[in-house]
Amino acid sequence: MISTESLSKKYGDKFVLREVSASLPENKITAFIGCNGAGKSTMLNIISRLIPASEGCAFVDGKKVSEWDSRKLAQNLAILGQNSHNSARISVEDLVAFGRFPHSGGSLAERDFEMVERALKMTGIEDLRGRFIDELSGGQRQMAHIAMSIAQDTKYILLDEPLNNLDMSRSVKIMKLLRKLAREESKTILIVIHDINFVSFYADYIVALKDGRVKYEGSSEAVMKSEILSDIYGMRIEIEEYKGKKICVYYQ
Amino acid sequence: MLAPFLQILILAACSFCSLFVGVADISPLDLFSLSGEQSGIFFVGRLPRLCSILVAGSSLAVAGLIMQRIMQNKFVSPTTAGTMQWCKLGVVIAVVCLPGASPILRVGAACAVSLLGTFLFLAIVNKVRGQSAVLVPLIGIMLGSVVDAGATFFAYKFDIIQNMASWLQGNFSLVIAGKYELLYLSVPLMFLAYFYADYFTIAGMGKGTALSLGLNHAAIVNAGLLIVALVSSASVVGVGNIPFVGLIVPNVLAIFKGDGVKNILWDCAWLGALLVLICDIAGRLIIFPYEIPIGVILSVAGAAVFLVLIRSGRRYA
Repeated sequence: MISTESLSKKYGDKFVLREVSASLPENKITAFIGCNGAGKSTMLNIISRLIPASEGCAFVDGKKVSEWDSRKLAQNLAILGQNSHNSARISVEDLVAFGRFPHSGGSLAERDFEMVERALKMTGIEDLRGRFIDELSGGQRQMAHIAMSIAQDTKYILLDEPLNNLDMSRSVKIMKLLRKLAREESKTILIVIHDINFVSFYADYIVALKDGRVKYEGSSEAVMKSEILSDIYGMRIEIEEYKGKKICVYYQ
Repeated sequence: MLAPFLQILILAACSFCSLFVGVADISPLDLFSLSGEQSGIFFVGRLPRLCSILVAGSSLAVAGLIMQRIMQNKFVSPTTAGTMQWCKLGVVIAVVCLPGASPILRVGAACAVSLLGTFLFLAIVNKVRGQSAVLVPLIGIMLGSVVDAGATFFAYKFDIIQNMASWLQGNFSLVIAGKYELLYLSVPLMFLAYFYADYFTIAGMGKGTALSLGLNHAAIVNAGLLIVALVSSASVVGVGNIPFVGLIVPNVLAIFKGDGVKNILWDCAWLGALLVLICDIAGRLIIFPYEIPIGVILSVAGAAVFLVLIRSGRRYA
């Protein structure tokens, strides 16, 4: 399980995350929502040890993140940060294979190749395998990076704005894939996401941040309310029902 | 790319030519009945020269490749980051402070100084990170020139300027048996680089990626810079400053085969050796029976490729 205990992060005097205590459900998709600068990415980055906390700590399986052996943690937790994107000139296949690095240490075994194949297939980018990622479109590159995180085959998958650059059909494909991973393979998935209609359709649990604090937290059903979302985003957001699902209307 | 068999064949053919080019006339047939003088030239001059070319060329190309990955910049290399100049300064310091210092001590001093220099360079580059990729090698070249001037000044002050001329300009004609063997230090380093090739590729994908895969980015960068400093120092002490090999070779290969260190390391070593070998043969033939130092030829060729790379930089860098 992933949890945090009065987690704070400040740059200079400015808090970007303020005493956040949360424990996130297992085998579910948890979405972090909030305005730009609300602290969503910061929280994800601290949980995945990409940046250190100023105060408090994050726990993965009951153990402080800072006490985890980095490689061991990489076998249990994959993070695709917003800035992890690189445009090195390596092939898609090689990139996805690097996802196996924490397990293989560089020399790929039979099982590693299987996992790479599987990740390529799941994300539907088998036909791109030989292409260099610096020659791909932004969306294709994003898919390759997601495939890399999936190939890492970890219990926890953390994705910071995975739908960036993706068209609607790819976005839906990725969200369905994540839901499948959570349901069928008992993965715990944490995503930062801006399109709240995707949240409404696919997320099981929502953590809503505002000004560095967790303002609302709960099941998708409980948080997807007009007054809550309007408060979080500081704008009027109405909710309409469509075939039993909630659609947010915020285009004014 | 060519099949490994073909690569070795081409390199072997050029090596063969190299052995029989020179003022003293030795033909392949003479090998079976070498006179005393001929055998001296062959085993003290020609053969060591060939070996030093192969080792220096391949190891500098590999060093450039590693440096480009760990600094995430296509334009850095031992030449354009000033590493070679720092090495020279190190040698001057060693010669001045410890007269009669053994070659191994000179390599040590060169390595220590160039490590310090490269870290200084890295610190400066980190301050300007996010700016144009072209700025990085320009900073390196400027810093290198300043250091070079400093080294020359000290050499002048302590009257070893003539000594230093050979380090200023790489020259294989000074290589003779017994004076270059330290260069072989680079061979195990190349194997080490191959062994850790994936680590360098991952470091080249950024701090975040390295960390998310459970690797210590800083440790990889430090290890890589140590390899680069050792290779450069061994080369400067053994044969002098061989410029631009580490810049041209990995970049040309990356266009065809990508950035994966493991995928191109062998090609890199091969092409580096071949490039230096061909430039060396050319240098010996252009104004035969005199010689143009390899440093001059490579500077001309390297600068041209460097300009082309910078101009097309947006596409591949």
